[in-house]
Parts: sequence; structure tokens; C-alpha cells
Amino acid sequence: MHAVLAAAFAPVQQQYLLEARQMQALSFAAHIPLVCFGVAFPALVVFVEWLALRGGDPLHRTLARRWSRVMVALFAVGVVTGTILSFELGLLWPAFMARFGSVFGLAFALEGFSFFVEAIFIGVYVYGWGRLSPRAHLLCGLPIVLTGLTGSAMVIAVNGWMNHPTGFRLGPGGQVTDVHPWSALFGNSFFWHELVHMYFAAYIVVGFVVAGVYAWGRLRRGAWGRYERTALVIPLTIAALAAPAQLLVGDWAAREVATRQPVKLAAFEGLQQTTAGASEHIGGIYHASSGQVTGGIAIPDLLSLLAFHDPHATVQGLDSVPPDDRPPAINVIRFAFQGMVGIGTLLALVGVLVLFVRWRRRRLPESVWLYRALVACGPLSLVALLCGWVVTEVGRQPFVVYDVMRTSQAVTGAGGIPVGYATLAVVYLGLAGAVWWILRRLARMPLGERERQPA
Amino acid sequence: MSLDAVPLLLALVGLALYVVLGGADFGAGLWQLLAGRGARGEAVREHAHDAMAPVWEANHVWLVFVLVVMWTCYPVAFGSIASTLAVPLFLAGIGIVFRGTAYALRAGTSRLREQATLDTVFGVASVLTPFALGTVVGAIAAGRVPVGNAAGGLWSSWTGALPLTIGVLAVALGAYLAAVYLAADAVRRESSELERAFRARALAAGVVAGALAVAGLLVVHADARALYEGLVGDGLPALILSGLAGVATLALVWMRRYEVARYSAALAVAAVVAGWALAQQPVLLPGLTVSQAAAGHDTLVAVVVSVAAGALVLAPSLALLFTLTLRGRLGYEGEATQPPPAPSRAVGALAASRPGLLARISLACLLLTVGFLTIADAGWAHAVGVAALLACVLTGFRAALPIEPAD
Repeated sequence: MHAVLAAAFAPVQQQYLLEARQMQALSFAAHIPLVCFGVAFPALVVFVEWLALRGGDPLHRTLARRWSRVMVALFAVGVVTGTILSFELGLLWPAFMARFGSVFGLAFALEGFSFFVEAIFIGVYVYGWGRLSPRAHLLCGLPIVLTGLTGSAMVIAVNGWMNHPTGFRLGPGGQVTDVHPWSALFGNSFFWHELVHMYFAAYIVVGFVVAGVYAWGRLRRGAWGRYERTALVIPLTIAALAAPAQLLVGDWAAREVATRQPVKLAAFEGLQQTTAGASEHIGGIYHASSGQVTGGIAIPDLLSLLAFHDPHATVQGLDSVPPDDRPPAINVIRFAFQGMVGIGTLLALVGVLVLFVRWRRRRLPESVWLYRALVACGPLSLVALLCGWVVTEVGRQPFVVYDVMRTSQAVTGAGGIPVGYATLAVVYLGLAGAVWWILRRLARMPLGERERQPA
Repeated sequence: MSLDAVPLLLALVGLALYVVLGGADFGAGLWQLLAGRGARGEAVREHAHDAMAPVWEANHVWLVFVLVVMWTCYPVAFGSIASTLAVPLFLAGIGIVFRGTAYALRAGTSRLREQATLDTVFGVASVLTPFALGTVVGAIAAGRVPVGNAAGGLWSSWTGALPLTIGVLAVALGAYLAAVYLAADAVRRESSELERAFRARALAAGVVAGALAVAGLLVVHADARALYEGLVGDGLPALILSGLAGVATLALVWMRRYEVARYSAALAVAAVVAGWALAQQPVLLPGLTVSQAAAGHDTLVAVVVSVAAGALVLAPSLALLFTLTLRGRLGYEGEATQPPPAPSRAVGALAASRPGLLARISLACLLLTVGFLTIADAGWAHAVGVAALLACVLTGFRAALPIEPAD
């Protein structure tokens, strides 16, 4: 049987491989910010509702209710973008699914259950305000927080496996045998740092985006009462703590990549030759013809020091593998990597500044420049998030399963990819406009006006 | 039954539930589309939306469940289906985007015209999606999906008589289910006008769906002879059950016994799925039996165990959702039947008795993190480091309270 199957899914010629990859990337880029809101936002909402229950302050209750409306709108959009992703796995990469579905698919089954429970309790939570007892209502929020975590953990497990495939053997004809899905997914050393990195990213994104909205309101000289201050302080405190912490997590992740995916690290840095005491280039452009990075600032020995804690350590270069096995778009990966690290550092500085003012002066910062910075931090954190995924996904190329299966072997043989890509691009553009519209509408809605206390 | 077929059975149960629950959501969308203008149309659209709003996301997940079980346990079959039937699957995906977006936006509408526009988008997408998914099922049933990467025709695979018939049937079944459920909901909301409106719709849709099912049988006879033999062979009990339940539902709706009709209508539709499965087994795709398509032993066991464990969590959650929904305990409007909670305790415990100490603990945890996560290299050290980092953030958050700084 395996011979038949191997022949059926022999690599096909697909003229539009790049378009297929871009279509997948577009779908991820649309979905991942919503994932952040699925992971971190429910925790904020439930926390505020808990405050209301503990302290009996109607202000907290109003805030939780208003946020919960945003939460369900973003969840609904996340449901559809997530469904599109699961469709695309089959539509664009059927050979990948046919060959390895049995290895990693289990994680999606578990994710499906998480998602299911999340959808159920979102329905109960959002439509249960004032209809369930306050305590029961709060309890219904907890599964949303929990399943947001477990669901995305499962998807990260699949990504960890794609970057560091284990838990199966390849037979002589390339067929997958001896599959052990549990150890492939959860006994995988790549799982943990990706998971922690993504969680902190989710809290940073949600924290800065939500805080940025209220900072914008203050700059626009809108209402600035107790309600708005509370709505700014809670997400801001979370982001201010998570952003510096993320630097340590990111450093850990980079060292894991250095050990297990040395060619990917070389792509981050544009390091052509295997070098002892490699220097770190900040900025600059990689030239494929010469294999050099020109421009930018080179800091001697820093790359070796960061990657291996030894300024003289040898860092593997791109030339350690044949050209066909190197990622094709080194500059994309480099810029994305440096963008992520640069923005991440900036966000951490803003976070430390906010915490410092909070600590020394026991109040919110007052400088208008800080509020301007907060408004910028929201979109910047989204850019950093997307850069991070570009780094890990484009950096894995030309493989879909690292060192095992090429993306060109995974792609569908069906025609019409450009049509699908164009259609999806138009639809997602409309979706982005729709999300913008609904968020503005919800922001203006006078929900719970009667519960508002004078500031 | 061998282990090879167990996940397929689970996927079929998921499919039947998707048709019975998700199909009704699509049907509700169709009724919104056909509601017409004016106050009566408005009432119909409003009722259809309100009944589905708390449950549609959960109902929708059954589709994801079916996809996931298929690609994990029958990866070659899944790859073949997804690549050959890319067009209808993509159309279904686009329909799902429009439905979900229209649903999300409805919470923000303030004018009736905005609502009517969104309901139209929602309605069109609610017809497109089940039709496209129906053609997928029809194409598989007709044996038009060969094994391989896009080995079947991009268009010809799903535009034959049988796939198109199943597509139309899927839309009609959803409309029928939705009308029965909505009539029952109308009784609960004590709206006799809506009850009459959906009773008429249920009767009409039931007759149409039944006629389409019979017509479908004739098409199967002409278009897919092997499947027909199966339908009048192993699948016959399911077909008879479906027919009886369908007729019984019409009678129950006629007699206004909607709560029972809910279940008999669902049974009639679920039996169609069962009949197809019984008729087609053991063949999944042409030249590929279920056993040949099944993944390795460990994977099948892992999925079955996971589904069983997941069901333990899922069943009570679903029971809660449907109990609350059927008792009319969920909704946006007319809320605040509960008084806001009386102030129990001041947020005294939160009012940061010793923020200085907490901040120091947080900093100490940060130092621990640097030691274990950054400097040390062992896996266990990294685990300690992550725990320390979480402790650092949580104590830091606690130290930054109280959260209402004077400004």
C-alpha cells in the first residue's frame, strides 16, 4: 500500500509555489494577532470581573462587560480566520498532510477540543451577563482563559515539530513509519521555548494595543476619569512587565535555534562562512553574490557570545549546507529578525520606564510623549509579532518539515492558486475594514451608562 | 469493528452533529435571507439571529473536528480530497469568513438598514457554504475523488449531477431543521406570530427536503450505481429510519408538538449521513479502503484516547450551553435581571499592603531567571528559569497594584 501512496503523492510541478506560500503567510498574518487576543484578552477581562466581584465596584463590572463585547467580536473573527487556516493546510499542502498528518495531526485534535470548550464558554460568558449569578458567571470565564492557553499550545507543538521533527522513522522509500505522535509533539525540545515566547508575545500585544487605545483617548482629550485610567493601567502593567521578560525568553529561543537549526541562525545573521568568534551585524544588507553583509554596525565576537556564551565559539555559516538547502530570502529573514529584536527592546524600555515611574512616584507617567509612545507601541508590538513568525517560518525554508520535506514537495498539484490568493487578499482586506468598524462602534457604544460612576 | 474504522466513525458522528446543529445555523441564515422587508421580515430575522447567536460558534467547531480527525487518521484520503476538491472547499471557506464576519459585526449595528445589509450577507453566505460542503460530500460519494495530489478534475469532480444534488439537499436540510427549531423557540418566547411563520416554513421545507432526498436517490441510481446498491443494501435501515422520522416530524409540526419535532427532525437528517456511510463502506475513495487509508496504530490509539478524554470535558460543557440556551437564559437584551453584586469585601487584600517587599521578590525572581534561563544550559534549568520568570511577572503585577493610581 505504501508504494501506491508514495507514487500518488510524488512531488508535482507547481508553478505558483511562491504564491501558495504567500497565501498561507497572509492567512497566518491575519490570524495570529487574533490568537493573541484569544490567549491574553480573556485573562484581562476575567481579572477585571474578579475585581468587580471582590470589591463590588460597578466600574470594574462595566469595564469587564465592555471588554467582553470586544472579546467576542474578535473571537468570532478569529474563528473564521482559524478555519481558513485549517482548510488551507489541505488545500495548499495536501502532500504534507498526506505524508505527515498521522504524526502531528493529534495536536490539532486536542486543539479542536480546546477551541470547542472555548467557543462554548465564550457563548455562555458573553450572553450570560446579568443572567447568571455573578460567581457562576466569573467561573464561566475561567475555561476561556485556560482553553486559550491549551489550544494555542497545541498549535505551537505542531510548529515546534515542523522545526525539529521527531517521533517517526523514514523507510527506504521515504515512507513514514513507526509513528509516535505523543513524543513527536510533546517530547519535542522545540515546543517549550516557542510556547513561552508566544505567550509572552500575546500578553505584550494585547497589553500594548489595549493600553494604546486609551492612551490615544487621553491624547485626544477625551474623558480621562477613573474608568479610563483603570482601563489603561491594567493592560499597561501587564505589557510593561512582560516586555522586559520577553528579552530573556527570546535570548533562550535564539540559543535553541543556534544549537538545533544552525542554518536558520546563519540566515538570521547573514553569516555566510562558518566562523569562530563571529561578529553580530546590526543593520546592513546581505548580498547573496558575495555572501557579505555591507553597511550596518559589526560588533566583533558578539554573535558567538550570544549564541554559545563564548566569544570564540564557532558559529555555523550558510555555506555549511548546499545552496539548495539554504533559505532563499536571507534579507527578509534578517530584517524580520532585527525588526523583532529592535522593537522588542524598545517595548521593554517603555515597559521599564513605566514601571520605574510607577515605583518611584507612585503614579502614572504624565509626559505627553509617553502617551504618544504608548499609542505607537500597540502597532509596533503587532509588527514585532509578525516579524517573529516570519523569522521562524521563512527561516525554516526551503523545508516544510525541517531537513525532511521540502515545501515544493508539499504543495498541491491543483491549479488556480493565484485566483484563490487574490480572492483571499480582497476578502481579508474587507475583513480588516470590518474589524476596524466594529471596534470603533463598540468603543462608542454607551453600554452600561447607568452603571458608570462619576469620575 | 477494527481500530482502523473507529476514528472514521467518530468523524461521521461529528459530521452528523455538524449537519444537525451547524446545518440549522445555515438554515437560519437562509430564512433571514428570505424574510422580506417590513416589520414582519424584521421580526423573523431578529428571531433567527437571537436563537443562533449564543450557539453558532460551538456548532461550527464540529466541522473543524471532522477535518482534524480525517487528516490525522486518514491522511492520504484527506490530502486527496482537499487537493481535488479545492474549489468547493475554498468556496465554503469564503462563505465561513462572510458568515463569521457578519455575525461579529451585528453586535455593532445601530440602524435597521445596517442590520438588514449584514443579514443579507450572512444569508447569502449561509446558502453558499452548505451547498459547497454538500458538493464535497457528493463528490466523495460519487467516487469522483481519485487517490493522489489533485488527481481528480478541479471542476468536473464536483459538478456532476450527484454532487450538485447533494449540495442543494444540504441547503434544504438546513432550512428544514432551522424552521423546526425556530418554531420551537418561538413557542418558548410566546410569540404566536413567529410560531405560525416558522410552522409554515417547517412544513414547506420538510416537503421540499423530502422530495429532494427521493430525487437524490434517483440520481444515485443513475450516477453512482455501486453506491445505490449499498444504499438499498446495508444502508436500507438508515434510509427507512430517515423517511419515518421525516414523516413523523411533519406530523408533529402539524400538531404543534415542536419540542419532540426538534429531535425527530434531527434524527431524520442524521440518518441520511448514517445511510451514506453504511452504503459506501468499506471503500473510502476509489481503490482505497478505510483500512488501507488508516494511519498507524499509535496514531489511531492516540486520537481515540484524546477524543474520549476530550468528550469528558466537552459533554458537560455542551450540556451547560444547550441547557442555558433552551431555557432562554442567554441573551444580550433585557439583561440585568440580577442586581449588581453587593460590595462584599473592599479590594483590601489587593490594596498592596507591602508593595516594596513584593517588588523585591519580583526582582529576586528576575535574577533567578537570568541564572537558570540565560546562563545555565540544561533543560531542567530552563524549566526552573521559566517558572522563576512567571513568578517575577506575577509578583511584579501584584506589586504594581493598587491599580488606581491617583492621577
